[in-house]
Amino acid sequence: MTIENYFILSAILFCIGMAVVITRKNAIVVLMGVELILNAANVNFVAISRLDNVQIEGQFFSLFVIVVAAAEAAVALAIILKVYKYYNTTNLNEINQLKG
Amino acid sequence: MTISDILFYLFAGLAVLSAAVVLFSRNILYSAFALVVTFLAVAAIYVLAGAEFVAITQIMIYVGGIVVLLIFGVMLTNKISGKALVTEAHNKFWAVVVCGGLFTLLLYGIFRINFALLSGSGGTTAGTNNVQQLGIGLMSDYILPFEVAAILLLIALIGAATIAGYKNENQ
Repeated sequence: MTIENYFILSAILFCIGMAVVITRKNAIVVLMGVELILNAANVNFVAISRLDNVQIEGQFFSLFVIVVAAAEAAVALAIILKVYKYYNTTNLNEINQLKG
Repeated sequence: MTISDILFYLFAGLAVLSAAVVLFSRNILYSAFALVVTFLAVAAIYVLAGAEFVAITQIMIYVGGIVVLLIFGVMLTNKISGKALVTEAHNKFWAVVVCGGLFTLLLYGIFRINFALLSGSGGTTAGTNNVQQLGIGLMSDYILPFEVAAILLLIALIGAATIAGYKNENQ
């Protein structure tokens, strides 16, 4: 399998994740789109690490991306819970005040 | 066309299809379950690319952790009343413009890369022991990012618990 196919798969996943972030109104579904984008980046890293079998730097980088994604998801969901407690909605169009 | 090529196309198609379900499904829970399928298919792609440890980590953290967390978020931020949890879409025109344009640009860039100049033959990594390499690397060359990641996880844990937890107003 040539490396272009991995890149194309990653591009497709990235664009779908981007479309989810742009179109959805629910904050949790937007978070799902962000996870899709991070996964697309990981596919690229793993594909690049295939070129060099001795130094598997791409795999190290994708491991750290996964760690940061986990931390990001936990904090983002805590913020969403707090926002829901205040506004009683997770619809991003209705959350339009800064001072709470 | 070898068996691994067929498996790659199968899992890549599965990943793209389930990602499309995430994009087009109105029901939040269906989106979450389609996301599980996407993550599993991407894990299979990692295995085909010779990154077994990353694939296991993907399954354990994404499927076992993040998606469960997302579903908890869905449950805690909606009134569960028997009817489906639907969400609307907006900005459809701009989404098509931005994502279509970006995808065309990325495809153009990918086909312009001269992959023959890159080192290595792009062959399979069968026979090499990735896990041992990863373990030694994490404890030697990548010890600083490893420790920083540990501290980041601790900060995220404390921060998430502090933000989402109840506060006692009397104190």
